[in-house]
Amino acid sequence: MATVELRFSAQPEHVRTARLVAAAVARRAGVDEAVLDEVRLAVGEACSRAVGLHRSHGITAPVRVVLNEEEKAFSIEVGDGVTAAGDAAAGEARDGAAPGDSHESDAEGEDEMGLAVISGLVDDVEVTSGDDGGVIRMSWPTASAVALP
Amino acid sequence: MDLSLSTRNVSGPGGDRTVVEVGGEIDVYTAPKLREQLVELVNDGSYHLVVDMEGVDFLDSTGLGVLVGGLKRVRAHEGSLRLVCNQERILKIFRITGLTKVFPIHTTVDEAVAATD
Repeated sequence: MATVELRFSAQPEHVRTARLVAAAVARRAGVDEAVLDEVRLAVGEACSRAVGLHRSHGITAPVRVVLNEEEKAFSIEVGDGVTAAGDAAAGEARDGAAPGDSHESDAEGEDEMGLAVISGLVDDVEVTSGDDGGVIRMSWPTASAVALP
Repeated sequence: MDLSLSTRNVSGPGGDRTVVEVGGEIDVYTAPKLREQLVELVNDGSYHLVVDMEGVDFLDSTGLGVLVGGLKRVRAHEGSLRLVCNQERILKIFRITGLTKVFPIHTTVDEAVAATD
């Protein structure tokens, strides 16, 4: 079972809550203080992206955040409800949209920038997409993983 | 903590500058307020902006997107958008996204207002 699991409705105002919870659990798990800012930012980016995807696809299910304290690492999984099939359908819908719909392209640009920030921040990150939706999995070493001199 | 915004006009060697002082967290929830503020300023004819980020506790890619959008708008009027930031954790986000090459980043508001290049 996950150390802490959080589900929230896909509303931007709840992303801050997810950041605070993730940082608190990471601190408890022994993630270095200097890295907590990165954890906070990365989980915020992943949740913002999931919220955006849920809203653009009309998904009413909550965004899922799983925080796991492992033996030598702390991991976070942020899951969205957008399946590969659903994303293809939305892509077709977008392709059919009138050109110059700048709001939509702005949102997509932010989504990509979010992933760019995550990959720039986190060494161990994995983005997968399956029948249950997409998952961003990130992990950080904890204090116990650092070799003693 | 929510987002706080205040603006003031300052005269510099290159002309009038509008300083936007931002405080709190800029994220997916609060960024639209900053976007509205920047759009409003440009619509009202303020094309030279200095965004003071010294009071910002948190900035994510949504916030970066709003700043890039602001830059695009002022540039359409041959204006400028300068940032004031000394916080390493905020600067790091500009660095990893390569945006330090896009925005002039200053250490003080006075320096940003005085800049004319």
